[in-house]
Amino acid sequence: MSELSERSDPGDLVARLRRGPALPADPASANGRGPDPGGLAAVVEAALARADRDDLVDVGWVVTDSPVGPLTLAATPEGLVRVGFGTEEGVLEDLAAAVSPRVVRLPARLDDLRRQLDEYFAGRRHRFEVPLDRRLSHGYRREVLEALSDVPYGETVSYKDLALRTGNPGASRAVGTAMATNPLPIVVPCHRVLRSGGALGGYGGGIETKVWLLRLEGALAL
Amino acid sequence: MTVTLPPFQTLLDEHAADLHRYLVASVGPHDGADCLQETVIAALRAYPGLAHDRNLRGWLFTIAHRKVIDHARGTGRRALPVADPPEVPVAPAEAGGLGDDDLWGAVRALPPKQRSAVVQRYVLDRPYAEVAAVIGCSEAAARQNVRAGLQRLRADLPQEVHQ
Repeated sequence: MSELSERSDPGDLVARLRRGPALPADPASANGRGPDPGGLAAVVEAALARADRDDLVDVGWVVTDSPVGPLTLAATPEGLVRVGFGTEEGVLEDLAAAVSPRVVRLPARLDDLRRQLDEYFAGRRHRFEVPLDRRLSHGYRREVLEALSDVPYGETVSYKDLALRTGNPGASRAVGTAMATNPLPIVVPCHRVLRSGGALGGYGGGIETKVWLLRLEGALAL
Repeated sequence: MTVTLPPFQTLLDEHAADLHRYLVASVGPHDGADCLQETVIAALRAYPGLAHDRNLRGWLFTIAHRKVIDHARGTGRRALPVADPPEVPVAPAEAGGLGDDDLWGAVRALPPKQRSAVVQRYVLDRPYAEVAAVIGCSEAAARQNVRAGLQRLRADLPQEVHQ
């Protein structure tokens, strides 16, 4: 190869181009000094922070760990718009379709909520104080979910109670649907709704999660 | 007729690393970071207005190419030397790129179209059709830009010594 590396060899120039330029270090290779300001992750993060200041982030999200597994949290500039269990496929796609395709990872927007969730899971917080953006629920479902926010920590109600509270005594089934489609579980406490007679009913995050949350709140003795 | 665009994050996950490579190759590590920020913001601004979701990669690189053109104009106005000072430390793992300052300096001295064409074709290994879409010309013109760019690089680079 050495005798070929002369100026006139076109392959050598192309080969050097193909190897590409040296890139600023990524956080993973930044020998413990933290992210390089020129590294890709840091540059994208800075760009998104700027975009947020320019009101260009319609939905900012983060995935956070919790005792009930990873949670996807998403907020618009108005407030929390979605809480998803797991790293649910489709949560971000649904938000892109329902709110705006300007959906990007923006942990800073969820910092307050993440702190409050940590306190809640540690048993030190009984209600959430973050603005909510309820645009994903409509009509009667929304009315039911708003009434649900008045059910305090550690208490439970039945689907029927909730139907009564919203002035629709015959609407237990519709209440059930509202619970099943709650876009903001945990924060809007649909885990506090049980069947008449105390049977657990269902839960979007899985029945074991519902049990875990009710035990945390002292609403289940078992 | 409404289109369903994927979350913008998907575009970043798929293409940000290549955009970064393209821009660092085209304008250097420091200005490359600035151009990447500008590209992300401009793309996010325009994104909801897109009429279709075909070739989002090409769309992103077209925006980045315009940032390279803007950068070239700005640099010309300020009459700054072409090569960037080495403000940013480089990863030792990228040893392939070390000792190539002369090469990348020469790449950054190319006219923007030739520069984008050469970088798209070889650094990113894209087919000519895509090179053409990014710089907004015919495939034949894209080939011509790549050829002219290589020719100029060979002329500009210091003669290499036999080993």
